[in-house]
Parts: sequence; structure tokens; C-alpha cells
Amino acid sequence: MALFSGVFDRLLGRQQPLPRDITFKDERSFVAQKHSCPSCHEHLEAGELENNFYVCPKCGHHYRINPSERIRTLCDPGSFQEFSQEIQSTNPIGFPGYEGKLGEAKAATGQGEAVTNGTATIDGRKVVLSIMNFKFMGGSMGSVAGEKLTRALLTGLEKLQPVILFTTSGGMRMQEGIFSLMQMAKTSAAIAQLELARIPLFVVLTDPTYGGVTASFAMLGDVILAEPGASIGFTGPRIIESTIRQKLPEGFQKSEFQLGKGFVDAIVPRSELRKTLAFLIDTHPTQ
Amino acid sequence: MDQTEIQKKIQELQSLAQKSSVDIQADLKRLQEKLVEGRLTPQDIWKKILLARNADRPTTLEIIQHISENFLEMHGDRAFGDDTALVGGVGLLDGRPVTFLGHQKGRNMKENIRRNYGWAHPEGYRKSLRLAKQAEKFGRPVITFIDTAGAYPGLAAEERGVGEAIARNLRDFALLKVPVLCFIIGEGGSGGALALGIGNEVFMLENSFYSVISPEGCASLLYRDASKAVDAAAQLKNQPTDLMSFGIIDGIVPEPDGGAHADHAMTAAHIKTQILESLKRLEQKTGEQLARERMTKFLAIGRFVEEGGPKANFFQRLFSLNRKA
Repeated sequence: MALFSGVFDRLLGRQQPLPRDITFKDERSFVAQKHSCPSCHEHLEAGELENNFYVCPKCGHHYRINPSERIRTLCDPGSFQEFSQEIQSTNPIGFPGYEGKLGEAKAATGQGEAVTNGTATIDGRKVVLSIMNFKFMGGSMGSVAGEKLTRALLTGLEKLQPVILFTTSGGMRMQEGIFSLMQMAKTSAAIAQLELARIPLFVVLTDPTYGGVTASFAMLGDVILAEPGASIGFTGPRIIESTIRQKLPEGFQKSEFQLGKGFVDAIVPRSELRKTLAFLIDTHPTQ
Repeated sequence: MDQTEIQKKIQELQSLAQKSSVDIQADLKRLQEKLVEGRLTPQDIWKKILLARNADRPTTLEIIQHISENFLEMHGDRAFGDDTALVGGVGLLDGRPVTFLGHQKGRNMKENIRRNYGWAHPEGYRKSLRLAKQAEKFGRPVITFIDTAGAYPGLAAEERGVGEAIARNLRDFALLKVPVLCFIIGEGGSGGALALGIGNEVFMLENSFYSVISPEGCASLLYRDASKAVDAAAQLKNQPTDLMSFGIIDGIVPEPDGGAHADHAMTAAHIKTQILESLKRLEQKTGEQLARERMTKFLAIGRFVEEGGPKANFFQRLFSLNRKA
């Protein structure tokens, strides 16, 4: 995460302006309680979302989903086999309160970490999947997430199967200090291995993908797809506005913005993802 | 002995060695190990953070001028422009050509406006990769100097894909078939620092720090209060001694009494000694070995527990596989 607000303000003798409120609401619970889509305000029941890839049938708003929902909407039924779930976090730099935060995240998500790995088939094609979960401490990447992503990448290398990464993250997990920063180098080194062995890597950017994740594996796919309307960037808008006090354009860092700037190959709606990935697997054979 | 006493002793030894060419390597190693074990209070650490940010510290270009002859700065990423916050070029180090790269801060307001306070844009990272690949083509070692609060957090950097530029550096520096040495000479801030940090060996100056986030950033995120930065600085374990004990870096380069700013020539001399010592070791290896060792080193970083113990030799299995390919 590139947050150095204090430094720049001090250097320029500036005061911190009030940041624009961009805190992400839990939109799914909004739908469950208010029975309407927070994006288009149309009447919407939570049950409707489940049958429509968790996308608003009226306005096409893509709701955030967790790894098990991703697996259900993408993989052939029963094909997903999880691996490396036994890897658990420690408190590598003895950061105060980290164990407590980890415990809360585990309780809230029912998962061990911010990344879920598995092998599966997509329309009969074998793939290795690594799926991030934003609800687990903002999808932040520490030693465990880095190790899991690395093992997914290297499993693809070992099995000669394509690797698909679903990204969603606020960035690196600062409670693991330098160890978290080094996960950027680690995952990128694993991708360097795939590069040498010509194993296809497909990245699907989902809302939101920021910080060190964007500055490492998220931008290193052979093909980079994005879900519609996802926020994708290195430094988030709140930090830019509060450190540099720059006015940001409409739609800044959305998938469509990144497509226009040349950093995304294609924007693919969730309903089309299965078909698109199957096509990509067929057109990018492993050697 | 407390920290300062040990540091003094190290400096004494070094000046003694300079005068009389006595072999002090063994003593020096022992003392530096002792330094690693010592504990600093949050106030000690904060003093060192301020030293690391001291505007009078030797900058990348000054260190290059001190240690190399005939340095030629090379500009531009061949795509968009030239980033003055990240510099690079070719120089001679005791007669042999090497490629230097580094973040460039300014000494005063005017210089800092030109150098953007050492916050690089994507062009800077793309230039550094261009020059690193040029070095690989001609078999030159790459030596980087890291001194940045981070990549520039602004609209232009986002529009031109600063994330992609850093990511590509991380992947492609791992593959370079020449020795890569990295020195954190001041601030080592986040991904913008790491983009020049993929080395076979990584060193930190005694009063430098290296972290995933600045102390101020951490304090404002965690405590919603940037003034808690002193505590955050200590909690982040961003000091050279911490990183040495974690096995993230390979050595600490001592600074003169008072800090690097007190004596630029001596600081540069210490860096040069380390470069020559490391190159002697690394130049014995083939390009493939260098790339493989660099990748393996970064692949192994991380602390976690695994139920039922670590799965048997995951990486070894992989590398035997890769050799066949």
C-alpha cells in the first residue's frame, strides 16, 4: 500500500484535507435488508442475485463475491479440490493485535486466509485456481496469501495446467511488515518461472484490486480480464486526493478506465466468464 | 556494550584497517552480529528514521560519483519520457563497467521539485528495466541504490500504470543473468523501493529503513492518528538489524560517526568495499545460477505454520522439474 501521506504533507507544509468518503458498504446486506439494488435502486430480492451470478438483473451491477460463490458460478459442479488450506498465519514481526484481527477475520469468513487455492475443471478443462477474498482483512497479502498464490502458480507449472488468479485486495498486510512486502517479489518470481516454462497465466481483476497486488501478480497475466465496474489501481483515490490534492476524473480507476489506458485485455461480465476462460484455455495451450 | 559503543568500535576498527591494512574482517563480522542482537527503544528508532530522511545524506548520484569513474547517465524509457526521480547509467568501477540505478532525491526545495522528492513515475521504473536488460546483454553487473518514500501517488502515475511498471520489474529482475546488488541508502518505502530491490544480495546502510508502509501511513491507517508514527515505526520492525535477523537482507553497511551525511566519501567507500566483495563472489557464477539463486531466495521468503509440518520439499521438487524442461 502506498500510503505516505504524512511525508509529502510535511515536505510541502500542507494540511490534510478531509478525504472524500469512499468507504465500501456491504452492498449484499443492503440488498437483503432494503430489497433494492444500491446502484440502480430497482426492487431486488437477495434470492434473485444468487440465480444471476450475483449481478443485478436490471443495471448489471456486479456484487462482490467470496471464493465459494466464485467456485459455484465458474467451475464444473463437484470438480473443485482445495489444496494448501493447512497453511496458517503466525505473527512474524510480533505486531500488536494481529492475532486478534486474524481471529475476527476467520470467524467472519469461516476461512483460514484471504486466498483459496484449488484444482478444478471449467467446461471440462483442467485448471489451477487461486481466489482472493476481500472480506478476509481486506484481501490483504501476508506470508500465507503469498505462499498460497505461489503454490498455485507452481502447481500449474508442475501439472502443466493453466493458472487462473482472481484478485481482490486492498494491498499488502502491514501487520506482517517487510514479510508482506516481500510477497510481491515472491509471487512475481513464481510468475517468472511460469514465463520460462510457457505456462499460461490468466488474471481476472475483481472489485477492488489495489496496492501491492496490482503492483505484482495482478498485472503479470498473459491475459488480464476485469469484471465490469471494478476499481483497479495502485494508489487508491482517497490517498491521492489527500496527499497530492489532485481532482480525479469521473470513473477513475474503474475497469473501463483501465481498459482505455491499456492495462486490461478485456472486460468480461460474470455471466460470460466461464465461456471466455474456456476459450482462452483452448487458445493458450501448455507445451 | 550498548549500540553506540559497538558502532564506535566498528568504526575504530575500520579506520585502523584503512591506515594499516590489517585484516579485520573476522572482528568486524563479530561486532556486526552483536549489533544485530541489540534492542533499540522507539525513540532510538525514530532518531534513525530521521537520519534516514536527512536531506544531507549522500544521494544516488553522489555515491556513484564517489565510487565510479566516467559515469554516463542514460535517460528515458523509450516510450514516454525521462523520470528525474529515478536515474541510471553506466560507469566504471575499478576499471570494469557496471550499470547503476537508483532513486534520486534533491537536497533542497528547488532540487526536490526537479526530482519529485524521489517519488518515481512509471517511466522511471521502465527506464530502470531497460537499463538492467541492457546490462544483461553486455554482461555487466547491476547495482541499485534505493531511497524513496514510494512510487508517486498521483493521477499521472495511475494513468500510465505504475502498478504494471513495478510488477514487470519484480518479474524481470528475477530473471536477469548478471549479478544484481541492492543498497537501501535511506528510505526504503513500499513497492516503489522493492522495484529496485530484486538482488542476489541486498544491503542496508546502518541508518536506513525498509518497510511495506511508512510509519506515518501505518499510524494513520491503524490509529487514525499520524502522530503515533513513533510507535508505528518501532512496531513495523523496519530497521536494518530487524531485517538482518529475519534473513531478508545480507548485510549492514556501517555509516561514519553521526550518520552518512557527516562524511559522504567514507560512506561511499564503505559501499564500494561491499560491492567489490560481493562481486568477487557472484562473478564466479554462471548467469543461469545467478538467476536461479535470486528466484529461489525470494520464493522462500515468508513465515507461516503448516499443519503436519511443511509439505516435503515443494521447491526442490519444482526446481528438479524445471531443470529437465
